[in-house]
Amino acid sequence: MLDIKNLHVAVGGKEILKGLNLRVEAGQVHAIMGPNGSGKSTLSYVLAGRAGYDITEGSISYNGEDLVPLPPEERAAKGVFLAMQYPVEIPGVTTMMFLKSALNAQRRSRGEAEMDAIGVLKTVRKKAAALNVSEEMLKRALNVGFSGGEKKRLEILQMALFEPKLAILDETDSGLDIDALRLVAEGVNGLRSPERAMLVITHYQRLLDYIVPDRIHVLAKGRIVAEGGKELALELEAKGYEQIVKDAA
Amino acid sequence: MSSAALETKETVAGLGEKYKYGFVTDIEMERAPKGLSEDTVRYISAKKGEPDWMLEWRLGAFRRWLSMKEPTWARVHYPAIDYQDAYYYAAPKNTPKKQSLDEVDPKLLETYKKLGIPLHEQMALAGVAVDAVFDSVSVATTFKEKLNEAGVIFCPISEAIRDYPDLVKKYLGTVVPVTDNFFATLNSAVFSDGTFVYVPKGVRCPMELSTYFRINASETGQFERTLIVADEGSFVSYLEGCTAPKRDENQLHAAVVELVALDNAEIKYSTVQNWYPGDENGLGGIYNFVTKRGDCRGARSKISWTQVETGSAITWKYPSCILRGDESVGEFYSIAIANNYQQADTGTKMIHLGKNTRSRIISKGISAGKAQNTYRGLVSVYGKAENARNFTQCDSLLIGGECGAHTVPYIESRNPSARIEHEATTSKIAEDQLFYCLQRGIGQEEAVALIVNGFCKEVLQQLPMEFAVEAQKLVGISLEGSVG
Repeated sequence: MLDIKNLHVAVGGKEILKGLNLRVEAGQVHAIMGPNGSGKSTLSYVLAGRAGYDITEGSISYNGEDLVPLPPEERAAKGVFLAMQYPVEIPGVTTMMFLKSALNAQRRSRGEAEMDAIGVLKTVRKKAAALNVSEEMLKRALNVGFSGGEKKRLEILQMALFEPKLAILDETDSGLDIDALRLVAEGVNGLRSPERAMLVITHYQRLLDYIVPDRIHVLAKGRIVAEGGKELALELEAKGYEQIVKDAA
Repeated sequence: MSSAALETKETVAGLGEKYKYGFVTDIEMERAPKGLSEDTVRYISAKKGEPDWMLEWRLGAFRRWLSMKEPTWARVHYPAIDYQDAYYYAAPKNTPKKQSLDEVDPKLLETYKKLGIPLHEQMALAGVAVDAVFDSVSVATTFKEKLNEAGVIFCPISEAIRDYPDLVKKYLGTVVPVTDNFFATLNSAVFSDGTFVYVPKGVRCPMELSTYFRINASETGQFERTLIVADEGSFVSYLEGCTAPKRDENQLHAAVVELVALDNAEIKYSTVQNWYPGDENGLGGIYNFVTKRGDCRGARSKISWTQVETGSAITWKYPSCILRGDESVGEFYSIAIANNYQQADTGTKMIHLGKNTRSRIISKGISAGKAQNTYRGLVSVYGKAENARNFTQCDSLLIGGECGAHTVPYIESRNPSARIEHEATTSKIAEDQLFYCLQRGIGQEEAVALIVNGFCKEVLQQLPMEFAVEAQKLVGISLEGSVG
């Protein structure tokens, strides 16, 4: 599904990723862990196609296709979804309106018929209930005045709505208390499927108690320095990043 | 830029070409000789078959105008206008009418379709003889009958001068005096036509009045004169303009609009202005110097201005309210979008004269490209205006790094009981907002339209429903190509 080879990425002329390799197959959940400043968020933005993240070397293949030349909106339509660490506010645009615009833009791009307002409303309502996203939230301006938990739940709702093939969750656990974390993790687990790959980016092991990954990669200084099964998370928790990075060197 | 966006640009640019060469192509048109003199004024008055009092009124304005100077205080720059090098009257009946939409430039029609403009309106805009279509005639007739039943007068102002001279004499020039300002005085001397509305006592006008239903309305462009009188306890909602890029061959526009609301009356005036803004390099485009003012003459009267200004190379426009009646209410809701080299200097004046008068100003300015957008507003509370209240909110949105937004609020209070609140914000479309939209599959142009429409929401909500839908699309189209 996703095959990253020798990826070098510079931001503002400064190299952040320095030869990253990563393969994720459909149906798998991989976790990327790493200390602050290791390049975790850069990886997520590069996969989503954010401007300002320059690929200086290497390749990203997605379902056999070169992802690099595609603009972000086309990647989205092809099933790449990034649940953001800091979802942005858009004043004056209701959440429902935003969801409808996004859903139909993706459908148009894929050559599918647009969904009418009632169709969208029904679909959204069904999925919103499971994530405890209230009707009232859908009527408010997108993310404006939302609590941290509400914002993250809305990200997961969008993931459920757009049904991506590759879902990247960037520090979805940050700023969540334990109840909110559990709710979000349940939402994510409900979306695990044999057709879908997930990349869970996190600083702490805590999230991985709830979303159990098939594989864990440790990212440090722009490279994957260690890999292993879910038990690696516990080792990290016990030893700390510094030791693991040192051991790998 | 999407191909659709490119097409719109080309279409609009095409209109500019037509404008540029317009003066020489229509040589068959009957018109006054070039230049402005007493003879021009007499010519116009005679062509309109006006009574002597009207001619005298025009001549008085003309003589006054000769002694006036063009104002220079606005933040707009343009080459000096040679007032002797323009035509002030052209007979509309000689404008060649197309017989069907097949004769109209298909690109222009495409733009209309994108805006979702109904077929009849497309025809009127493109200069197709609307009366050639039986369907629209019946619409117009039904419309007229309903208004007659209610006793509402809605006609060209030239007709009103002939048929209702007492009403016109009583109100014309009482809100915007002949001597008011350079452009208003010019308009008073040479106005070509416009609209007159009178709503009798206690009548709620049964429908939104829109100039579209007056078949000749599309021909009155250059020096339009509008007078709307709402008698005691009446209500009227008036829609001016159109979302479509409208062709016009005159560069200088100087309209005057006067509104009078008597005791307990309410006037809601909505405008969508989308005149040709000039091309991407700032060439061509309409100069729009408008004087709009409403007089809340009666107690508990209310006047509400809502405007969506997206067109014209230069916009100089301050729809205002004189809150004369006790407990009267004035409102101003504005969206001004300036892209490329457009310059907009617009705002409002709220003049509080009566007791317990209230005003509310919501202004949303959007600048893109190399455009300059200025909000200029005055809130003035006179000595006798006990307990006057004003709330002003001016928000500016910048797209790109080469445009400018300016807020110039003037506040004068001569009564210590006045309460005046002013809030202003300036923001940019943040890169992270755009990226968020893109990541969810929404393309660049649509994302900008979505964010800007969100920014303008409070004002768009004030527009009548069908106008609001068109205006939303227009907001998107006018900003196409402004990012990336």
